[in-house]
Amino acid sequence: MNAKTLSLSLTEQREARQRRRTGYMYLALIAIGLAAPWFAYPVFLMKLLCFGLFACSFNLLLGYTGLLSFGHAAFLAMGGYCTGYLMSEHSGIGPELAILAGTLAAAAVGAVFGAIAIRRQGIYFAMITLALSQMLYFLFLKSPFTGGEDGLHGISRGKLLGMIDLSDNLAMYYFVLAITVAGFALVLRVVHSPFGQILKAIRENEPRATSLGYDVNRYKWLAFVISSAIAGLAGSTKAVVFQLATLTDAHWHMSGEVVLMTLLGGVGTLLGPFVGAGIVVSLQHLLSQSPLGTWGGPILGLIFVICVLCFRSGVVGWLKVLVSRNFR
Amino acid sequence: MTTILGVPLVALFGQLLLGLINGAFYALLSLGLAVIFGLLRIINFAHGAQYMLGAFGALLFLQYLNIDYWVALALVPLTVGAIGILIERFLLRRIAHLDHLYGLLLTFGLAMIIEGSFVNFFGVSGANYPIPEALQGGFKLDFMFLPTYRAWVLVAGLGMCLFTWFMIEKTRLGAYLRAGTEKPQLMQAFGVNMPLLTTLTYGFGVALAGFAGVLAAPIYSVSPAMGSNLLIVVFAVVVIGGMGSIMGAILTGLAMGVIEGLTKVFWPESASTVIFFVMVLVLLVRPNGLFGKEV
Repeated sequence: MNAKTLSLSLTEQREARQRRRTGYMYLALIAIGLAAPWFAYPVFLMKLLCFGLFACSFNLLLGYTGLLSFGHAAFLAMGGYCTGYLMSEHSGIGPELAILAGTLAAAAVGAVFGAIAIRRQGIYFAMITLALSQMLYFLFLKSPFTGGEDGLHGISRGKLLGMIDLSDNLAMYYFVLAITVAGFALVLRVVHSPFGQILKAIRENEPRATSLGYDVNRYKWLAFVISSAIAGLAGSTKAVVFQLATLTDAHWHMSGEVVLMTLLGGVGTLLGPFVGAGIVVSLQHLLSQSPLGTWGGPILGLIFVICVLCFRSGVVGWLKVLVSRNFR
Repeated sequence: MTTILGVPLVALFGQLLLGLINGAFYALLSLGLAVIFGLLRIINFAHGAQYMLGAFGALLFLQYLNIDYWVALALVPLTVGAIGILIERFLLRRIAHLDHLYGLLLTFGLAMIIEGSFVNFFGVSGANYPIPEALQGGFKLDFMFLPTYRAWVLVAGLGMCLFTWFMIEKTRLGAYLRAGTEKPQLMQAFGVNMPLLTTLTYGFGVALAGFAGVLAAPIYSVSPAMGSNLLIVVFAVVVIGGMGSIMGAILTGLAMGVIEGLTKVFWPESASTVIFFVMVLVLLVRPNGLFGKEV
């Protein structure tokens, strides 16, 4: 043991141990992600990853900035429609460019919606984002680019960088995994950056953050744009995976579902949204196979109510408490 | 035929009437939301589902118990209000001490349960409720035909709005309610039973939604999704008006209905989005809403 380790205080040692443990955990998760398609159906896994990333973007707002956006479906759909339209109308555009365009389009919509919605706080913020996303829903319904009520179908997956054929599910899966890891890494970077610390300060006490000299609205707006961009990335990827973009993604049910995923997994935890998305997507899959198929909505609603009443920390939050009690 | 800006007068007045009727519903629902928000500080996301319960209540009472429209108009709001009281007493009160966003999420979950169950029992498409006999037919005015039932909806809807306004602004109970909105702890210290007042307030707000549902049953097709689509527009109306003033909520509701009606005449494509545009404009110019006080 060298002198440097000796000079570290106990808390520093504990923090270092925790960081190491977190690092191992992420490595293990990536290994699981790489091995998963041999144990489960890749298309199902891709759906899970897309919704996980979507919930992750939502969590950046609710969990780390304290903003409840009730219109996050708008960005998912914007990304999906933009990517779908580009790929079905212009065969020269590869999936990577189309997804990039979808992400940017969602970020642009997010920039506008965010600038409007941050003018009010709390419950009003939720209502405004919901109303704005409903407006976008009607625009999608009427616009000539989206195929109206039918949506866009038969989008070809194309070739990644003109070389790798994505119509193979395994190739597609690793592409989606790479996107998800990149998106998650971005969220991780934002949360642990000084910028993320300020977001947390705003979440805890907005007037105090203002009094410390931070232009709170600018920080909230930027967080909103980043979040909508990641939601758009998830939507764009989802459109390529399933080769369709429909109004379902823009409906307020979807905005509600992403709230549920995040709440169920654990608000303000990094992995919670993925766990929540996994539970919700698996549950929907199981229900659709069972005779209770049409009862999906009410059952999700029931889980929602139970979560709010007595499981507010979510699965990951609960696990965290369990771990911190037993391993120090 | 008389025309204004190339639009026949008959069509214009027809849409104006439709707009006023829609506006009356916006006013009734946003009023209920404002009353509930005043004391509970939550946005009742189940408001649309409770409005739908009102319409279905009228339909089911008629089909299975042969209870006619006029009795239903009194009985259904009471029933829906009673359901609301149960929701407040056993669910919302448990989370009253938490961040008020949890109230929004809880009522959202309730809305999903109610709406989804009705889809399973009655299908998506819904059914029609016959117009009561006394209100069939209509008046032939110089410029348009005014169906009696629509005139009645306008009168009854606005009457209920004004009744609520009177109750809150001019009676002793209303004074308690307004005082409770400002300083609930102080009211409790003065010996007012605030938990009871809160429960009754939620019940009343929900009953208003149920009443609107019964009024709506003969006009709109009674379907499980009728409430949630309306509710999002009502949210926009609430953002436009602000929830600080009862009269403000009524006036904003009516005005938005009329604006929507006029848009249907002059620019039909954007009729479904015009209220959201107005919301954006109001947020840019007066972020607290037209009648809003609170920040």
